Amino acid sequence: MEVQTWTFIIVGITFAIYVGIAILSRASSTSEFYVAGKGVHPITNGMATAADWMSAASFLSMAGLISFMGYQGAQYLMGWTGGYVLLALLLAPYLRKFGKYTVPDFIGERYYSQTARLVAVICALFISFTYVVGQMKGVGVAFSAFLGIELKWGVIIGSSIVFFYAVLGGMKGITYTQVAQYCVLIFAYLVPAIYISVLMVDNPIPQIGLGGTLEDGTYLLDKLDKVLTDLGFAEYTTSHRGKMDLFFVTAALMLGTAGLPHVIVRFFTVPKVSDARRSAGWALLFIAILYTTAPAIGAFARTNLIQTVNDKEYTSLPTWFGEWEQTGLLAFEDMNGDGIVQYYNDQNPTFAPIAEQRGWKGSELKVDRDIMVLANPSIANLPNWVVALVVAGGLAAALSTAAGLLLVISTSISHDLLKKWLRPQISDKGELKAARIAIAVAVVISGYAGINPPGFVAQVVAFAFGLAAASFFPAILMGIFSKRMNMQGAVSGMIVGLVFTASYIFYFKYGGGTPDQYWFGISPEGVGTLGMIFNFVVALIVSAVTPAPPTEIQTLVEKIRIPRG
Amino acid sequence: MNDDQRKKYWHTNLKYLGFLLVIWFMCSYGAGIIWADQLNEIRWGGFKLGFWFAQQGSIYVFVLLIYVYVRLMNHLDKKFDVHD
Repeated sequence: MEVQTWTFIIVGITFAIYVGIAILSRASSTSEFYVAGKGVHPITNGMATAADWMSAASFLSMAGLISFMGYQGAQYLMGWTGGYVLLALLLAPYLRKFGKYTVPDFIGERYYSQTARLVAVICALFISFTYVVGQMKGVGVAFSAFLGIELKWGVIIGSSIVFFYAVLGGMKGITYTQVAQYCVLIFAYLVPAIYISVLMVDNPIPQIGLGGTLEDGTYLLDKLDKVLTDLGFAEYTTSHRGKMDLFFVTAALMLGTAGLPHVIVRFFTVPKVSDARRSAGWALLFIAILYTTAPAIGAFARTNLIQTVNDKEYTSLPTWFGEWEQTGLLAFEDMNGDGIVQYYNDQNPTFAPIAEQRGWKGSELKVDRDIMVLANPSIANLPNWVVALVVAGGLAAALSTAAGLLLVISTSISHDLLKKWLRPQISDKGELKAARIAIAVAVVISGYAGINPPGFVAQVVAFAFGLAAASFFPAILMGIFSKRMNMQGAVSGMIVGLVFTASYIFYFKYGGGTPDQYWFGISPEGVGTLGMIFNFVVALIVSAVTPAPPTEIQTLVEKIRIPRG
Repeated sequence: MNDDQRKKYWHTNLKYLGFLLVIWFMCSYGAGIIWADQLNEIRWGGFKLGFWFAQQGSIYVFVLLIYVYVRLMNHLDKKFDVHD
């Protein structure tokens, strides 16, 4: 059967499963809608958190990014996993003990202030909205590339599915669909990875295969280092850029992970405080399965691509090359007209004379990074249904993350803005209805934005993580670990952290700033770490010169530090 | 639970946190970034050690750290009779 037929079948089946789960897990109260009635088993929640967390970018783009960045790609690997240690040790159990529904809820109550709550709501909305638009666009791209459906209709189909289970089931429906989505995406990620690992280094475990030997007896990574330097690229396994930026970007991604509201709220859904800790461990384990496989895929795919394509006659290339050329993700342009593919680093001035001597007139191969995951099955000669599975996996990753984000948007509006601020007398039924309407509107708006993405969305990673690191992480951390931290300190810290981080990112992304103006060589992706430090410093100074928080707040802090009582 | 016990519980928790976060930092930022070049001189099969920590090892350590913390705290909660 054709790839497209298989894709229709497999995507169709997975979507039917998601809808089935939605019908079975409808929410009947705000507690069910917001936090799945606090009845989710820690392992189930771990799986849901993993799907919630791993987005279309983790699934499709990360391995490709690493394969082109080499060692430097560690910033994503460590940055997007290390934050779970912070979550499990510093935030999740205490927030679970606090026992409310949203992150702004904690900020508002702990800092006894509607201003603090409002600042938190604005952050949560901004972070979640920029993030969800990227997911929606990813859904549309997957549909248009693999099912021959227009991007617009792809987004509409994807958002209708999310609409269905998010509006009906809220967190309850989202949790159980996320579990199914995790299973789909991890299976789809591992099958081609295992095949390609066996093919390249004859080892079925990619994590070990990464250190394995090729047919000719050399270590894969040594071979890759040599092949790349021979073509004028930097070595794969060593660092060739400043460590400072790597350090700050890794830290910003970790701290951002720990501060992202859609991840934090997942830990409100387990029954007990000890479950929140355990659940974070499970979540990281489920995430680690994908995150330790990704660097193996990156190295395999880069080696394989060069070996198969470079210095070969165009007409003798395997058939998958032509197939992927049609998608536009792979392109060959015969610049020197010799009919042979020359792939090398044409940006490297010291390599230019060598290239010229060999009669090369520029690198003739253009590779989109997403192809490293997408084309793996066809490169490894896997059956068509595996390609279809990878598409379904990418959709599962995008939809599960989108749903988690949409829930944060809806609860921020129905709970934090309506119930806790504008309409305190609203009944539980009324609040539930408001939550459903809010999530429905959010789906429609984000779907529309996914079809016509606003310019700032392209930089979503820098914004979402930077802002979460500079605002939520310090505010929550100090709310738990410092009894003395008061409203004045927390609010001024958050505002300074936010304004600084947002202006830095804005200046360098849109304001015409150039990399040589970076402070201490820190890129916008890493500036959230600096924003966090400013937040801490300002908060500590301001709180030291203003009155201590009221006694009942200090008692509250005492209470959340202990699992029972 | 009286104030004294509360303090003791919290201090033990902070001690665990400090200890585990030092390891967290040393394995990721330390072995994976700061000392990566030096560790790359050491080989572990097909891996340079610094590279391995940066792309594999640190993640395994992260998972392990959470499990250790879960065990330590479950034990501590029981000892102070505050388990839920």
